[in-house]
Amino acid sequence: MKSTEINEKSPWQDITEGNKIFEPATSRHFCTGEWRTSTPVFDEEKCKQCLLCFPVCPDSSIPVRDGKREDFDYDHCKGCGICAKVCPFGAITMKEGK
Amino acid sequence: MKDTIEIRWHGRGGQGAKTAALLLADVAFKTGKYVQGFPEYGPERMGAPITAYNRLSDQPITVHSNIYEPDLVAVVDDSLLETIDVTHGLGPEGAVIVNSQKSREEILPHLRGYQGRVYVIDARDISVKALGKYFPNSPMLAAVVAVSGVMDRKVFLQEMRASYQHKFAKKPEVIDGNMKALELTFEALG
Amino acid sequence: MAIRERLSGNEAVAYAIKQINPDVMPAFPITPSTEIPQYVANYIANGELDTEFIHVESEHSAMSATLGASAAGARALTATSSCGMALMWEELYVAASDRLPIVLALVNRALTGPININADHSDSMGARDSGWIQIYAESNQEVYDNFLQAFPIAEDPRVHLPVMICQDGFITSHGVENILLVEDDKVKDFVGEYHPEHFLLNSKEPIAVGPYAVSNYYMETKRGQREAMKNAREVILELAARFEEMTGRHYGFFEEYAMEDAEYVIVLIGSAAGTCKAAVDRIRRTTGKKVGLCKIRVFRPFPEEELAQALKDRRAVAILDRSEMFSATGGPLGAEVRAALYSAKAQAEVVNYLYGLGGRDITVEDFERVYGRLEEIAETHQIPDMYEYIGLRSK
Repeated sequence: MKSTEINEKSPWQDITEGNKIFEPATSRHFCTGEWRTSTPVFDEEKCKQCLLCFPVCPDSSIPVRDGKREDFDYDHCKGCGICAKVCPFGAITMKEGK
Repeated sequence: MKDTIEIRWHGRGGQGAKTAALLLADVAFKTGKYVQGFPEYGPERMGAPITAYNRLSDQPITVHSNIYEPDLVAVVDDSLLETIDVTHGLGPEGAVIVNSQKSREEILPHLRGYQGRVYVIDARDISVKALGKYFPNSPMLAAVVAVSGVMDRKVFLQEMRASYQHKFAKKPEVIDGNMKALELTFEALG
Repeated sequence: MAIRERLSGNEAVAYAIKQINPDVMPAFPITPSTEIPQYVANYIANGELDTEFIHVESEHSAMSATLGASAAGARALTATSSCGMALMWEELYVAASDRLPIVLALVNRALTGPININADHSDSMGARDSGWIQIYAESNQEVYDNFLQAFPIAEDPRVHLPVMICQDGFITSHGVENILLVEDDKVKDFVGEYHPEHFLLNSKEPIAVGPYAVSNYYMETKRGQREAMKNAREVILELAARFEEMTGRHYGFFEEYAMEDAEYVIVLIGSAAGTCKAAVDRIRRTTGKKVGLCKIRVFRPFPEEELAQALKDRRAVAILDRSEMFSATGGPLGAEVRAALYSAKAQAEVVNYLYGLGGRDITVEDFERVYGRLEEIAETHQIPDMYEYIGLRSK
């Protein structure tokens, strides 16, 4: 049984043995971005690509490709604001709400 | 003879009373017996009085309790006689073997009026004569076999030789000494 | 031909481990189980065994490493006693809920306090609700035989539960007795190779083991564990039948000794059963009184119906517990057997006894007294106390 087929209505017979999950990266299905009450905004102009922000993100919501960060993964960003605090160039600002 | 022979060993931690009980179980096992050899465990350490037990039988043994009415008691260290009633539960048809350099007359008063057979064996003298060192186990083992009659002496000696050959494969010089200790014990007990 | 030997219970378990040659054994020493990892380490040092032995810094780590190894796909085991198992407490439950087929060689010893190193069942009885299968032994032969059956039970796809193979500390663990060993090749065939279906080191199938289960999932997970425990019943009996084919030695959920016509019956677990058998033989031989013994081998899963059937029509039953549970109304075995008898609407008089706590010896004469008491109870129907003691000093 795929984890996506198991939900809070599943009968006990459909729960996998020992709750094992038989596919990788199932956390992608869980959109924690829904919890966000304030949102980081990325200003590409001001960004020097120093990449101090991406390792401090607790939710792996700053995608990096070819050595450069891209815009936020808002499906999973919880809006904690650590990236905005760590950015030396003011390239990330927090706004109220989603 | 009873179905099961029950033996109680008294010694001090580190003297080999437990080892002697296990050796006896071993040799009796090799002659086809059902055996038990077990120590009574507590927080004892070297020098503290310890007790070990044997049950030997031609029938399977299921009882797992300690032994309170032994057929035979073996005392590896005569200094235990001061503090421990070694013949407790031992009937007059039984026997006690005491390892001591003292005479039988000196030992008897310490046995609290025990009425059965009393054997005093000088394991130190025998061991030193046979091996040049003091290891009380071989003489005590031979004494228990001789007094209990639990197995034929010849069969016992054969099995012990085989067992020493295995145990002392790297020190063959002590095999004959140990065998000598067994034989001297048999001679001493007549 | 079986191999005739004489071994202590600890040697017998270590020998079984050598024959099974499992993949990983993390262990931390504690009396009286210390000798088991010690012998295993010797086998490994002598090149007789290629098990990966992990020296850990505590029992908490021992069971954690065993869990990790098992989840990774290894056949893994450990050994412990008493407070050592208490320190594994958290992981015991994880092993069961993660459905890991781990085997634990438990050498039963009293839980502290007061500090004590001798045999009783307070350690494993405390863990009776952890989700482990529990199998107990009367003798060195039985603990060896049970150990050979442990991995096949645990690894059966209908079960996938950890198994605890219990023996009485010192009484069997350090006592040398005659034993019949099974030949290596037969053991290998019987236990089989372990090929887990899902495991963490399988790069072709990434999996997650032991995820958090919120309230919406926890109860369903526990229900699944119960199903596995129910399935274990048939698997245990199947394995016992296969074992009997191989060795001629019969095992079930419990052993019935002189039970055919028995009117007065003792129910107990472990090494004292052998002493009780001697009492049964002596009473039957000298008085002809119809006394019998029911020795529990499998305590988890609990063989409720079978036990009730075996006991319900007797005149009087004494259930002997080797651990206290401080309900102030009896011991754990007493409570469960009573419940089974109630469900079966049994008429038998039942009395519960505590015995052997902290290694207190129990003798043939003690058992004779219990049978005498059962006769009295059957006559008078008077049981002044829900549970009584054997060998307790009292004013």
